[in-house]
Amino acid sequence: MRFSALRILKEGLTGNKGWSAHWRDPDPKDEYDVVIVGGGGHGLSTAFYLAKEHGITNVAVLERGYIGGGNVGRNTTIVRANYGLPGNSEFYSHSLKLWEQLEDELNYNVMHSQRGIINLFHSDGQRDAFARRGNAMVNQGDDAILMNRDQVRDMIPYLNFDSLRFPIYGGLYHPRGGTARHDAVAWGFARGADQRGVDLIQNCEVTGINIENGKVRGVETSRGTIRAKKIALATAGRSSQTAAMAGMRLPIESHVLQAFVTEGIKPVIDHVISFGMGHFYISQSDKGGLVFGGDIDFYASYASRGNLPMMEHVMEAGMSLMPMIGKAKVLRSWGGIMDMSPDGSPIIDKTDIDGLYLNCGWCYGGFKAVPGSGFSYAHLIATDRHHEPAARFRLDRFQTGYGLMDEEATGSQHNLH
Amino acid sequence: MRIPCPICGERDRREFYYQGDALALNRPDPDAGDVVWNDYIHNRDNSAGVTRDLWHHEAGCSNWLVVTRNTVTHEVLGAELASMVKGEQG
Amino acid sequence: MRLSDYGQIDRGNAISFRFDGKTYGGFQGDTLASALLANDVRLVARSFKYHRPRGILSAGSEEPNAIVTVGSGVHQDPNVRATVQEIYNGFEANSQNRWPSLKHDLLSVNDLMAPFLSAGFYYKTFMWPRAFWEKLYEPVIRRAAGLGALSEKPNEDTYERAYAHCDVLVIGAGPAGLWAAYQLAQTGLDVILADEDFRMGGRLNSEADQIGGKPAADWAADMVAQLDQMDNVRLMTRTTVTGAYDGGTYGAVERVSHHMNDRGGDRPLETFWRIHAKRAVLAAGALERTIGFSNNDRPGIMQAGAARSYLHRYGVATGKRVVVFGNNDNAFRTAHDLSAAGVEIAAYVDARADATIDGDFPIYRGTQVTDTKGRLGLSSVQITDGGRNHNIAADCLAVSGGWNPTVHMTCHMNGRPTWDETIASFVPTAGSIPGMSVAGSAAGHMSTSACFESAQDIAARVAGDLGTATPADPLPTAEHAAYAIEPLWAVPGKARAWLDYQNDVTVKDIKQAAQENFRSVEHMKRYTTQGMATDQGKNSNVAALALLADATGRGIPETGTTTFRPPYSPVAIAAMGGEARGTGFAPERFTTSHAVAKDMAAPMIEAGLWYRPSYFPEHGETTWRQSCDREVMMVRENVGVCDVSTLGKIDIQGKDAAKLLDFIYTNMFSTLKVGRVRYGLMLREDGHVMDDGTTARLGENHYVMTTTTAAAGLVMRHLDFVTQCLHPEWDVSFISVTEQWAQFAVAGPKARDLLSNFVEDDISNDAFGFMQCGAMNVMGVPGRLFRISFSGEMGYEVAVPARYGESLFRLLIAKAKELGGGAYGMEALNVLRIEKGFITHAEIHGRTTVFDIGMERMISAKKDCIGKTAAARPGMVDPDRERFVGLKPVGTVKQLTAGAHLFNEGDAATRVNDQGYITSVGYSPTLGHFMGLGFLRNGPNRIGEHVKMVDHLRGVEAVCEVIDPVAFDPEGGRLRA
Repeated sequence: MRFSALRILKEGLTGNKGWSAHWRDPDPKDEYDVVIVGGGGHGLSTAFYLAKEHGITNVAVLERGYIGGGNVGRNTTIVRANYGLPGNSEFYSHSLKLWEQLEDELNYNVMHSQRGIINLFHSDGQRDAFARRGNAMVNQGDDAILMNRDQVRDMIPYLNFDSLRFPIYGGLYHPRGGTARHDAVAWGFARGADQRGVDLIQNCEVTGINIENGKVRGVETSRGTIRAKKIALATAGRSSQTAAMAGMRLPIESHVLQAFVTEGIKPVIDHVISFGMGHFYISQSDKGGLVFGGDIDFYASYASRGNLPMMEHVMEAGMSLMPMIGKAKVLRSWGGIMDMSPDGSPIIDKTDIDGLYLNCGWCYGGFKAVPGSGFSYAHLIATDRHHEPAARFRLDRFQTGYGLMDEEATGSQHNLH
Repeated sequence: MRIPCPICGERDRREFYYQGDALALNRPDPDAGDVVWNDYIHNRDNSAGVTRDLWHHEAGCSNWLVVTRNTVTHEVLGAELASMVKGEQG
Repeated sequence: MRLSDYGQIDRGNAISFRFDGKTYGGFQGDTLASALLANDVRLVARSFKYHRPRGILSAGSEEPNAIVTVGSGVHQDPNVRATVQEIYNGFEANSQNRWPSLKHDLLSVNDLMAPFLSAGFYYKTFMWPRAFWEKLYEPVIRRAAGLGALSEKPNEDTYERAYAHCDVLVIGAGPAGLWAAYQLAQTGLDVILADEDFRMGGRLNSEADQIGGKPAADWAADMVAQLDQMDNVRLMTRTTVTGAYDGGTYGAVERVSHHMNDRGGDRPLETFWRIHAKRAVLAAGALERTIGFSNNDRPGIMQAGAARSYLHRYGVATGKRVVVFGNNDNAFRTAHDLSAAGVEIAAYVDARADATIDGDFPIYRGTQVTDTKGRLGLSSVQITDGGRNHNIAADCLAVSGGWNPTVHMTCHMNGRPTWDETIASFVPTAGSIPGMSVAGSAAGHMSTSACFESAQDIAARVAGDLGTATPADPLPTAEHAAYAIEPLWAVPGKARAWLDYQNDVTVKDIKQAAQENFRSVEHMKRYTTQGMATDQGKNSNVAALALLADATGRGIPETGTTTFRPPYSPVAIAAMGGEARGTGFAPERFTTSHAVAKDMAAPMIEAGLWYRPSYFPEHGETTWRQSCDREVMMVRENVGVCDVSTLGKIDIQGKDAAKLLDFIYTNMFSTLKVGRVRYGLMLREDGHVMDDGTTARLGENHYVMTTTTAAAGLVMRHLDFVTQCLHPEWDVSFISVTEQWAQFAVAGPKARDLLSNFVEDDISNDAFGFMQCGAMNVMGVPGRLFRISFSGEMGYEVAVPARYGESLFRLLIAKAKELGGGAYGMEALNVLRIEKGFITHAEIHGRTTVFDIGMERMISAKKDCIGKTAAARPGMVDPDRERFVGLKPVGTVKQLTAGAHLFNEGDAATRVNDQGYITSVGYSPTLGHFMGLGFLRNGPNRIGEHVKMVDHLRGVEAVCEVIDPVAFDPEGGRLRA
């Protein structure tokens, strides 16, 4: 079924009885060309692009719970391409271009809103570091504007310009950055993949990976054995567990990142704003809630829930930067499981096991990567060659020291990125 | 979350700095080779369950602790001084 | 309408307040909701999506409809529940999300458009043309969405945070909470009893029951008074426990003065509590749910239990002609109590055919309410009895679909509640929160006497766990009526039947979600927005998932619930973060010379938590550059003084001190002679540079290390790590002495002349040469002197105990001035070090290796050190890495900018051509041109080449010559002079 305003009109006039299922609920087949483990954003987009770009449709996405139930369904919805280091730069640039055509491609309104992102800086040193990053963005062909304090004040007058502990020196503005409706992204890709013949299999937990003579044969699941020529892992915070089924030990530590949303209020924040001294970022959803977050809780966790110290720290940063939000009330807090890598950058790679592919290490930046990651991962799975924009996301970079992408420059301690 | 510091008693998580897996205690020999070193610096078991990880009582007694903890439930099962743990390992 | 013989309000204390600009009267003890109902105001709000007229549904914090904005100007507080907010003299509230007025709201046109605004409609349209999303569709949607508005002014109210510790936290002060607290308190345990209401007692204040022969509310008041007398009990009213966290920690928000006109002094508006409790008893009661039937959302339709609350607690009749509709025995109480109060019960409608009830008003069994009428308020109720419709005139319809135990907090740690068929609701799963037990109706005990019994039992067990015993007093006598219920989620009908009132989610939406295969309860929630409003679906979620279960052919337990997440009810951002406003966000650290620098009009800039002077302006200087240039030349030609106390100083002692230093620095310190200083480079274990600094050997087993300002804490922790986790066998101790010593750099050709006025020892070059150090008497004060330089000039750093810092600084400046010198700030310090190619964290920014900064020879081959192995990875020593160079402009553009990228001269400035970047720049008055430091691919082998610097962001492009980073005095003669 094709969605359009006309369709809404027609269905509205006939009692909304004609809407069909967004996707089928097929039983798993005995064998697939490709089995994707994980029905989150990355798994679903990989399935979509495998079908769309490579004509590979004998594909199953196996999801333990419900599709879109991972980090794609619990994030702060920010979409941007404002990275500074080679590798990340070209990848996120490509991903943003995919975002910009996503609604057309999916026939689904993911509400991609290019409202602009500003990263504030609070010292001369930070300004120079952001200038370097902004110049890298322009070198890559993306957009970046270095704003001084007055320009920031003109654009976002409600920030604390007068008594902030770390005064605002300016900001790096990325006009094409913005937000998207996170659930819709998962559903749009799911629907698109399903329409192209991909089987989305929910409530199907992978419990083992069958390997013979160094080559994958299939997976064991809670719904039986499924044979597969290729197996692609896309399990984010659970990557260590799924990779362990193939005998691998990954450079990943799983951490909890909390996020928060307030009650709906009338529009006050028109951009995505990121505080340079307190690890705080905020935007306002179209529904009116302030959506914001900060740093991970710092301790390894699979609980998908956090604790008060980081929650309070995030609130402090918010109150410090924009004291006008004080009376907005936090409605809900939640936590996601982040697959933290040693340099804060992801891995899209083949493994030593023939037919087993790995996609992980997105830390807490995986949402904006959803289209790009799926596109590049599908390319790797289909062709066994790295897609150029993701060619640096190698697993062996930690061992060789070549091509590390440590944007935060905090080193190999997983929780510091 | 509260950590039972062997020196200070049970303290709020706010007083501690978290580093990661307690395997950091097992620093390889300089000539152990790339694979061993890569494992040490980067790779992790990352257990969904009971782990032993390193916490520094930064706003307390400055001791590094090996905390036994469940990463799924956040239950804290115990804490030992890292120096004692290391000392016993020799 | 107010009833004279009912209510716990203070009739002697009349209150005047305003709602939507109109003045009304109420009493002390009223909420805004009760006072409006007493004034027969039924329309108080508009719904979120369809802008349907809405009234008051509940009498508690679960209210989805009666959401208002309190106050105005800077104090404006949006989305306040009228059912919780107490009124006071001068209180003012306004309805929200309507324009131009509550009665005539233009966006109620959405209600007519409802067929086209069904669940998830926005995912299916607004896609064309693409550019219209940000420009047209989204702005229109955003303006229509949202509820109340923020003032958009900085929040000026006071907020506090506090910690509390107790043996037992009892959450909720209804019958179960009061009794549990009373039992526990008698053991002597420290008990905190917290209740979100301003009057403790829970449902006891809202029922006609007798307890122990007293009216329930009186019994509750007596019990509260008794607890209040006990030293080991802390009663916290107006305090909502918002979340259960790890290790027995609970978050709670106390609304300290929302109910006061004059808050007086600096009394906070709210206090956010972190309560640590060894045990907790959740006695949060139960919440009534509604039933989905056509047009069940009109003002005047409310929960049956709420109607009793308004009657008994506030003395308010919620209507003149009331219809009561229910599916359980509890609903009947409303008809009975209102009738007893003289209110006309137009009908009691029970969906159960076999309901055993009796009263002198019309009773309909096996009957359902099937529709309602009334544009801005209920005017009639349609019931369907044996296939025939009757319309009954009524201005209030009280509805009970049963009660849901308040299980929310038991799910805050991923616990899932258990379906209990007998009460047709979810009950807590035991052990969901470590240390928490659940008592009373929160645990599914639906009669008052059962609540007491469960509280008695839970209290005894909790006391036992804590090593004591409760007295097991005889239980108060109370009603023990059975709670019979026959689930009824929705009544079939053509019109829309609301579940989530605020978000306008109807029964049809749930069915449509199922039809579109959003079968998972999480999918349904996210697709329809059911339960995502400010009330988080407290009275509608269970019905919604029951309907989803039905639509997908599954049972309720199999369908499951969505996840309850903290906070239990919304908490203002300011409550948790308000203390950070202004400078409260981070500590401020001041050097001993801070006041002097301020006196000298030096602009102070943040350096981590410290403040440091940027420059010291002299008369006639109008730009920072003028001051900076002067200060640089002053140091180069005469002498300058700079406070360097912010650098980390770590005193290291013990027989293995040298071993430690050899292990954490790349170079050797065991070979350093006593009385000498050496520059050291420290790596992270991953091979990248962590920090640098000088370390002095003051004695055989005594070193003083300096770190950069930024890395002082990091290095301390690192030393702790190395000595405890890797080498606990080493005999070494260390302590941070950063704050114990004030330290000043004295640099310039006249540095020795200056210092000789302060020390008696011989500090001639022969006696105290470059890189020497030692204890020294500084004007009678035991101090230390180090012959080190970060400027390239003859330099000393003189340290004295911090209490002498300010006076020494004053004296040094005064003397320096006599020699043509003076104080210099961070700007000049930066230029001086750039001229010399000295690195700071601008260069060792976390991604650079020893190889990158050209110091690979500093990795001693004779020993292991932290980071040595990883630094030898092939990728870390690849010649093509971006490596440290100096740059000077040679083209027509003479300006350099930090953050610019480098390219080969003929290449376009694109990523694939990127050759490196600039980290630090400064105008060198010494050299007469700009100079930069940066990193260039294979840089050290390209000295003399020209490269192009491009800064797109600042619009600067300059041709530069690659030069040795040490541009000034490369031989270092001046240092050693």
